[in-house]
Amino acid sequence: MTDSTELIRSSAAALADRLAAREVSAVEVTQAHLDRIAAVDGKIHAFLHVNTDEALAVAAEVDAIRAAGGAAAAELHALAGVPIAVKDLIVTVGQPTTAGSKILEGWHSPYDATVVERLRAAKMPILGKTNLDEFAMGSSTEHSAFGPTHNPWDLDRIPGGSGGGSAAAVAAFEAPLALGTDTGGSIRQPGAVTGTVGVKPTYGGVSRYGAIAMASSLDQIGPVSRTVLDSALLHQVIGGHDPRDSTSLPDPLEDLVAAARTGNVDGMKIGIIKELHGEGYQAGVETRFNESLELLKAAGAEIVEVSCPHFKYALGAYYLIMPSEASSNLAKFDGVRYGLRVLPEDGPMTIERVMAATRAAGFGDEVKRRIILGTYALSAGYYDAYYGSAQKVRTLIQRDFAAAFGKADVLISPTAPTTAFKLGEKLNDPLAMYLNDVATIPANMAGIPGLSLPGGLADEDGLPVGIQLLAPARKDARLYRVGAVLESLLEAQWGGPLLDRAPSLVELVETPVVEPVETLVGTKEAK
Amino acid sequence: MAAINRDDVAHLAQLAHIEMSAEELDRMAGELAVIVESVKSVSEAAGDDVPATSHPLPLTNVFREDVVGHTFTAEQALSGAPDAYEGRFKVPAILDEG
Repeated sequence: MTDSTELIRSSAAALADRLAAREVSAVEVTQAHLDRIAAVDGKIHAFLHVNTDEALAVAAEVDAIRAAGGAAAAELHALAGVPIAVKDLIVTVGQPTTAGSKILEGWHSPYDATVVERLRAAKMPILGKTNLDEFAMGSSTEHSAFGPTHNPWDLDRIPGGSGGGSAAAVAAFEAPLALGTDTGGSIRQPGAVTGTVGVKPTYGGVSRYGAIAMASSLDQIGPVSRTVLDSALLHQVIGGHDPRDSTSLPDPLEDLVAAARTGNVDGMKIGIIKELHGEGYQAGVETRFNESLELLKAAGAEIVEVSCPHFKYALGAYYLIMPSEASSNLAKFDGVRYGLRVLPEDGPMTIERVMAATRAAGFGDEVKRRIILGTYALSAGYYDAYYGSAQKVRTLIQRDFAAAFGKADVLISPTAPTTAFKLGEKLNDPLAMYLNDVATIPANMAGIPGLSLPGGLADEDGLPVGIQLLAPARKDARLYRVGAVLESLLEAQWGGPLLDRAPSLVELVETPVVEPVETLVGTKEAK
Repeated sequence: MAAINRDDVAHLAQLAHIEMSAEELDRMAGELAVIVESVKSVSEAAGDDVPATSHPLPLTNVFREDVVGHTFTAEQALSGAPDAYEGRFKVPAILDEG
């Protein structure tokens, strides 16, 4: 193992320790990741922009502060010098923010998102911006206007979505940490299919100021990593109240890192959600899920079954609420204030026609579908039947969760019904694509936190399976407490992290001719 | 609930300010009909006695001190605009006078 291989495979927590001990410099760590991006991202396509100069400058600054010692060095954040990737839905000064859309291609934000300000305050070098489904609308990253991201476990397969770029970046060791956003599962489902960890915090637990909004009552920024502890460390950096986000919770942040470090499930009640496994779930997903339950039971947890009878309406209600809010949020892309402007080919040159031509050229099919669906659900005559009914279902889902958390401290389910499917497989069947989020959507509807961690590989295809933990609102610490235990039990069984079994990708880099090329051609034809 | 047809989609596209070709309208109408059909059950899920939830964790009266916070310069605000003139957004004709 070369030094740089060791650096890129280290957890953020391990890197932080070695940086603090000055065994390695922040520039070395950052450069190792930039080198890895240069070597493998041609095939993975996790990044839409690589922020080389700024990342190295921040790293050099951290090294200089550490070298000088004194108060400034003592005050450095524990993660200072640990690099991170940022989903390209979150605005950053000095780098383009595209939201994966042609309509924002090349756009630069005049301000930083609050979470980005917090990364800068912690002096974490930002490696670049990661790929996503356009405006975070999708479950495969195939709806990105700039081409799909490829799953590091099998380049022919989807990395999940919408945050496939962030998940693939950490799975391919291009970054130890990343930021994601989760509206219906966009952090957790990519985590599941790439064998990584992702957390959707309690709604309002992390500021959304500077996250380009899709569905404002559902969207949440959260951490993406390879270990449970690393997500807790990052969550602690970005979490907490922000007066610039009026939905930000004023509650003080719990000690999430301590929860991850002192994981314990002895005497805890863990509820299996009857409606979120079994029929419709791939056999290998079900097997790994049941194994995790056995491990938790052996560690002293009591497994109970809970029923959430209204979850069967969750997907339908989500596909009314989300497009309704998205159609409203995306009205601001009007060809006047930012981004693309396209002029109509003929006829009168009015602002309305310019707007229609701009939005026709700038938005992809999935975005158009959702805007039209949302416009429909909000129209006079349909509002009560659609949006109004969906909001009532939301109440029923919250009541289901309240009853379930009366019987259990945390709930558990598979994160996604299947492992990663082939690129192109569901692209022409929007409904089949939407079904990927069936297990993750209820948490967004109720605003509760959820965590996905790797549960092993499915026997039938050798691809990662995700285990989802859910906790009551404001009880994010429980996810880390239980997640850390399950992670360590599983890794003891596997003899190391699951990602040790992923393809090294080195062969792709050294012989980039035969297989990957076929893969890419196949993808294009499938589209 | 009524099914969604091609004319509906054409009208909605106009409301949403998205120009659509004939082919796009046909395809979108087919796809949306399937999606609308699949979400129909939602309208029968809850009775009149169930209140609506608009926000998962509602906060009320979120105010801040009435002082000037961060503001952008005109230059910053215009930095991403496709067209600007003398410190303002420049737009095509608002009204069709043709």
